[in-house]
Amino acid sequence: MLQLKVLLVDDEQEFVTTLAERLELRGMHVEIAMDGEMALSIIETDPPQVVVLDVMMPGLSGMEVLERIKAIDPKIQVILLSGHGATKDGIKGMQLGAFDYLIKPVDIDELIEKLNETAKNVV
Amino acid sequence: MALNLKKWFNIRESLQMLTDADSSSDRYRLFQRNIRVLMIVLTIIPLSMMALINYHQYQSSLKQEMINPTKLLVSKTRHSFEFFLNERQSLIKSIAHFYSLNDLCDEKKLNHILFTLKKEFIGFVDLGLINESDGTQMCYVGPYNLLGKNYANQDWFQEVTLKGTYITDVFMGYRKFPHIAIAVQRLEANGESWILRTTIDTTMFDNLIAAMGLDAESDAFILNKEGIFQTNSRLYGKVLEQCPLKIPAGGHATYVDEQKDPGGNDVFLAYTHLTYPEYTLVIVKPKSTVLKTWYALKSDLFLVFLVSSVLIVIVVFRLTGIMMNRIREADQRRELAFRELQHSHKLSSIGRLAAGVAHEVNNPLAIINEKAGLIKDLVKYTPDFDQKEKFLNLLESILKSVSRCKTITHRLLGFAKRMEIEVENLDLNELMQEVLGFLEREALYRNIEITLDLAKDLPRIDSDRGQLQQVFLNILNNAMAAVEDEGRIVITTWEKDPDTVAASIEDDGCGMSEETSRYIFEPFFTTKKEQGTGLGLSITYGIVKKLGGNIDVESRENQGTKFTVYLSKKSK
Repeated sequence: MLQLKVLLVDDEQEFVTTLAERLELRGMHVEIAMDGEMALSIIETDPPQVVVLDVMMPGLSGMEVLERIKAIDPKIQVILLSGHGATKDGIKGMQLGAFDYLIKPVDIDELIEKLNETAKNVV
Repeated sequence: MALNLKKWFNIRESLQMLTDADSSSDRYRLFQRNIRVLMIVLTIIPLSMMALINYHQYQSSLKQEMINPTKLLVSKTRHSFEFFLNERQSLIKSIAHFYSLNDLCDEKKLNHILFTLKKEFIGFVDLGLINESDGTQMCYVGPYNLLGKNYANQDWFQEVTLKGTYITDVFMGYRKFPHIAIAVQRLEANGESWILRTTIDTTMFDNLIAAMGLDAESDAFILNKEGIFQTNSRLYGKVLEQCPLKIPAGGHATYVDEQKDPGGNDVFLAYTHLTYPEYTLVIVKPKSTVLKTWYALKSDLFLVFLVSSVLIVIVVFRLTGIMMNRIREADQRRELAFRELQHSHKLSSIGRLAAGVAHEVNNPLAIINEKAGLIKDLVKYTPDFDQKEKFLNLLESILKSVSRCKTITHRLLGFAKRMEIEVENLDLNELMQEVLGFLEREALYRNIEITLDLAKDLPRIDSDRGQLQQVFLNILNNAMAAVEDEGRIVITTWEKDPDTVAASIEDDGCGMSEETSRYIFEPFFTTKKEQGTGLGLSITYGIVKKLGGNIDVESRENQGTKFTVYLSKKSK
């Protein structure tokens, strides 16, 4: 199976590093970005297949980053993560082309499932 | 009692009681009672006073009006009596003066005089001449044989020798007819004196009384100064009997008195004392006859009073009833508005607090989740070691707890979010599709058949998109939870009436009992035990209400549940 290349974007370092480690343990290739700018620069240089994107971040918001990603390459799948369960955000995100919308704290199995689904989509 | 009354009529206090937050029906009843009593008292008192004043005025004026004719009658009849007696006295006096002793001693002449008197005047029975010195009857003409009778010891004889003239009380003559006697003294120039005496039949008294034309219930009679009947009384006794009524002595005017007669009847007396002789003329009329008009008027007056009072009471009761209802309704509306305001204030502060807490807690929670998850992963991928199983169990329970916390923080956030409303013009069908987008995948996996029966040309509505999404998501989530795999969910939208659109979500899931369906919108009511917070449907209900809509639930155990949401087209 193709190793999935994932970019995690979240301003909470403890969260993002731990999650990255867990995904790597499950055989995924994981990059980390602490904010939107960093994420976008990574995408420019080394585009991942899937971006797991926090909605609430200082600087560029998740929604803005999502729009830019889709502008760069619509094929890159985006899973939104939010600290608060605003359905509105979810729907807006989906309208902007996000693949799905998950709420923190996220269940690792659910995330893996979503990632695998995106993988199918990518393929 | 006084204090109690004061409390009763203290309107300000009653009103104050009403404005108190606790407006139980007791307070309304009390207030209503006070107002009613006050209004009735305030209206009935002047009415009663008017009625009383009228009563007394009418009574006194009518009494005068009733009594005056009687008084007049008494006084007229008295004059007739006096005239009758004076006329006869004068006649006797004239005879005594115009004739000499010798003339009168002549029986033939005396007889002629009596004959003339009888012919011209009523009542004369006999004539007699009495020697004053020894009291013997010297000459007599009349129906009895009274010649030589001695009157020296009789009262009237004493009186006439003293006064010169005398009219006796009525006495029974020899023929057992009531009579009076008139005696006149004549002093001759030579110092001798004699007395001319006549007896008069008192039938004329009866005639005079009959001439008064009294009605059947009334009575009139003559009394002497001892209260002995001088004429027959229809009601109280025969001539020469004692009159049972007490007639006060007094002057010669006409008087009126009220008494109870021996028969216990209330009677009016009109009486007058004759100048001479000392007779009293009395008219007795039953009060009921005299006051007949008054009694009629009185009952009319009473009827008017009664009808007015009843009308007043009815009007007061109706008015206060209407007033109390208005007050109660206004109070209820005010209370409801107040409560809703309070509730929404409470909710919004709870909401802000909840959002803050949930948000702050959520990030560390996510970290705990990941760290614990990582440890679990590491433990899992590490070859077996001592107590590995125990580690895994411990981590699993940490993750479970995190998951529980997550549910709570998410609910809290959801709760907080329903506080803000952003109205936009939206299409309910479109919104349904969006919401379904969240669940399609789960439905696909579980093979749940979701049927959409959306009305074409469904009017757009003004409402909050996010909130409505939350509402239908909540209901759909419940439906998904209720149905088995391969279950069925039907979503229908339609235009209920020109102001309202409706959407229903029907499942063929486990349904619920009537008892449960009654409580499902209550906060913290849950059937999901540890998995639910009991806030979902309460939030849903709150949102729908806040958006000016309504939500209904129909459910049958083991047959399914149908939620219907009604939304008004215009936002409130």
